[in-house]
Amino acid sequence: MAKVLLEMNSITKTFPGVKALDNVNLKVEEGEIHALVGENGAGKSTLMNVLSGIYPYGSYTGDIIYDGEVCNFHNIKDSEKKGIVIIHQELALIPYMTIGENMFLGNEQGSKWCIDWNKTYAEADKYLEMVGLTDSSKTLIKDIGTGKQQLVEIAKALAKHAKLLILDEPTSSLNETDSRALLDLMKKLKGEGMTMIIISHKLNEVSYVADKITVVRDGSTIETLDAAIDDISETRIIKGMVGREITDRFPKRHGVEIGDVMMEVKDWTVYHPEFSERKVCDGVSIDVRAGEVVGIYGLMGAGRTELAMSIFGRSYGIGISGELWLRGNPVTLKSPKQAIEAGLAYVTEDRKGNGLVLSNSILRNTTLANLKGVSNGTFIDKDKEYEVAQEYVEKLRTKTPSVDQLVGNLSGGNQQKVLLAKWMFANPDVLILDEPTRGIDVGAKYEIYCIINDLAKAGKSVVMISSELPEVIGMSDRIYIMNQAKIVGEMKASEATQENIMACIVGVSGEKNYADGEGSEA
Amino acid sequence: MGGNNVLNFLRKYMMLIATVLVVIAFYVITNGKTLYPVNIDSLISQNAYVFILGTGMLLCILTGGNIDLSVGSVICLAGSIGAIIMDKRIPWPVAVAVMLFIGLVVGIWHGFWIAYVKVPPFIATLVGMLAFRGLANIILKGKDVPVENKAFMNLFGGSDSCYIPDFLEKVGGPIVIGDTTLNKTCMVFAILLAIGIVLFTFINRARLIRKGYKVDGIISVIVKTVIIAAVIVWFGYKLASYKGIPTAFVWIALVLGIFAYITTKTTLGRNLYAVGGNEKATRLSGIDTRKVMFSAYTLMGVLAGLAGILVIARGQKAGPTIGTGFEMDAIAACFIGGASAYGGTGSVGGVIIGAALMGIINQGMSIADTPVNYQKVVKGIVLIVAVLFDVIMQMRRKGAKKKASSVAASEKGGAKA
Repeated sequence: MAKVLLEMNSITKTFPGVKALDNVNLKVEEGEIHALVGENGAGKSTLMNVLSGIYPYGSYTGDIIYDGEVCNFHNIKDSEKKGIVIIHQELALIPYMTIGENMFLGNEQGSKWCIDWNKTYAEADKYLEMVGLTDSSKTLIKDIGTGKQQLVEIAKALAKHAKLLILDEPTSSLNETDSRALLDLMKKLKGEGMTMIIISHKLNEVSYVADKITVVRDGSTIETLDAAIDDISETRIIKGMVGREITDRFPKRHGVEIGDVMMEVKDWTVYHPEFSERKVCDGVSIDVRAGEVVGIYGLMGAGRTELAMSIFGRSYGIGISGELWLRGNPVTLKSPKQAIEAGLAYVTEDRKGNGLVLSNSILRNTTLANLKGVSNGTFIDKDKEYEVAQEYVEKLRTKTPSVDQLVGNLSGGNQQKVLLAKWMFANPDVLILDEPTRGIDVGAKYEIYCIINDLAKAGKSVVMISSELPEVIGMSDRIYIMNQAKIVGEMKASEATQENIMACIVGVSGEKNYADGEGSEA
Repeated sequence: MGGNNVLNFLRKYMMLIATVLVVIAFYVITNGKTLYPVNIDSLISQNAYVFILGTGMLLCILTGGNIDLSVGSVICLAGSIGAIIMDKRIPWPVAVAVMLFIGLVVGIWHGFWIAYVKVPPFIATLVGMLAFRGLANIILKGKDVPVENKAFMNLFGGSDSCYIPDFLEKVGGPIVIGDTTLNKTCMVFAILLAIGIVLFTFINRARLIRKGYKVDGIISVIVKTVIIAAVIVWFGYKLASYKGIPTAFVWIALVLGIFAYITTKTTLGRNLYAVGGNEKATRLSGIDTRKVMFSAYTLMGVLAGLAGILVIARGQKAGPTIGTGFEMDAIAACFIGGASAYGGTGSVGGVIIGAALMGIINQGMSIADTPVNYQKVVKGIVLIVAVLFDVIMQMRRKGAKKKASSVAASEKGGAKA
């Protein structure tokens, strides 16, 4: 048996009110590729943050034993000194610096007072060769593609003398060819003795590259599969990832009459605003009726948010094509303003970034999308505004001392309620809710579900985007399954099970299973 | 939460408390000279431009910490053209209209580049700062142009008689305190204003209670109102002991009043705060954020034009160097008054305090015979102390936010059950 390089024993990490990691154990042997899989937010990233010292020693319980000794990392520098290097999902390279400068940023070659540029670039070239990149290290980062940038990240890690490399979703922004090259590089590095942990949602890649697979669910490690002994097919992995009971966490919706088609999207295609050759939505067609709750399920990066935002007045993406019909008429919405006027609302998944003005009060946030509702267009009727804000605080049971409270001071669940209040006050016919229960506690989730039911009862059309299977199945009338920019399945909620939803996703990614050979179509 | 309340109280009133302390300090240092009626009067007249420009600057800063570097040069340009028009014996209202129009055009020019072409505000207005000063000097041919129109100067705070006339002089006998005769119009106005504010406060409070709104405790309201009323009466008394209400004061009050209203009670005001607080969220709420930026810079331009009018009236001339460095006074007034350098927070009330505090320090040091260069050092220190407070509060908030977002991240992982 090979030497165990890393052992994480009964790691428990709690944040005020929640247990993010509960008694997690992880064992990684030297020279293996170890995959961590699990649904969004199962705790994979938290675990890696504990390992790399982003959550410092003392903020969690349990032991990290690395290379035979117990480690107490206080920050990321500590773990890097030991050779543990983490490559985050978002690339951390500076576009207007050269590859060489980026690789040695914070680790400059030469003496303290004088950077030795010849040495820098010579070293850089050496590591670039190791990752199979032929570009000069004097090339600017902005001039190379994302695939090569990812390789530079790895070269940068090698330059730090990494012994354990952690890759968080390394292929999420890469195309097929680049992903394949990256995975092959991982295999090559493994051959040279490197130990790696890979976090990925793409199960076909995991089956292709990993020696061991640890499944994380709800903050616990469920099982570890060994490629040499166990079945590591995608179906087998999924079984570990879901396998959860759906209980009555979802309020029932009774006596809601489902009416006519309210919104219809036909053959909707959207391109990424920066990587303009990449489709983020590809020929998507969906519809939603009055009084209906339609779920869109998909893993992270499936194109759900991109779909929603591009529908909402083209607030995301370029080269948008396709038709949008509202109440039986084709419409063209060129800005969020037009979308709101047409009766659409998009409740963002990123409430702090795209949703709320944290430095403003509940009152001001509530009326922001519909100031016309409390003014004559120019002058605000403060009394009316106060009444509106008060009404929504009571209706949604937002916990706050007053409507003048700054939204930044509220808890996640209450912020989400303010965000919902804002869009409900805009009085739309179609609400697109993007991950409406992300990052809020169980009690608040139930309340949000009740609000969704009330909206449906009031004859609104609700499109609920979610990456939580039980939620999608428990709340929707009908479910679309989205994967890799396409709708890959549609089913009634009554027919949906976790297994057959996941099967839709596997069905698509299975087509490009690397183990089968080519698998490099665009 | 007790500590938080104290912090919030300090954050809200710190500069006001500091201002009071500074006033007392200078009163002691100068043996009371700073509070002579004549000095109170000149405090207003000399700093009129800071109040006006500070208000405009506030709008820009609210949209995200953006500033307008060009206002000093705009004053010079508008002022020069106005002075030349009056020098050619063309009626002064024409000059006033032209000066305001120049301000408007400059504002539109900046607004266009900043909002629609996305030129960074710092650069767009730096261009203005250089170009408009140059243009003004070309027009002036490098020489001063005197302003001699009496009516113009009276109206905009220039000559010796730029005060609201004492309409009530003949009513009743003269009021003499010590060896000064009070300006009765000024005194009556101050008293009426004080009474009006007291009445408004309590009537409004009663109305809010009737509607079932939450209101502040009665004691704190009484204390606040009494202090405000007392300060107004005292202020009115000081001005009445000199020559009455300076016309410049009327302009300041008008601008501050209008913009206090715009920032608190109109959709435009609301949008300014929202854009500065979270531009993306504001855009996704269906608000045209470009229009908001454009409006801020356009209004700034008009106010710079108005400041130009006041400056040439006060100085009784236009010249190549007028307005130099005024943008910095305006920016400092905003930041001292609690506007956030990151945008989204700040108020007209804050600008009043910021501008007043700077003016008081300037004047106090002059009366105390502090050399000019030391005065600049002191002003710099006041600014860094004021902004430091804002930065520390930001860091505390960010710390809290970090905690909150890590909670959110963990909830994602932990609370699925």
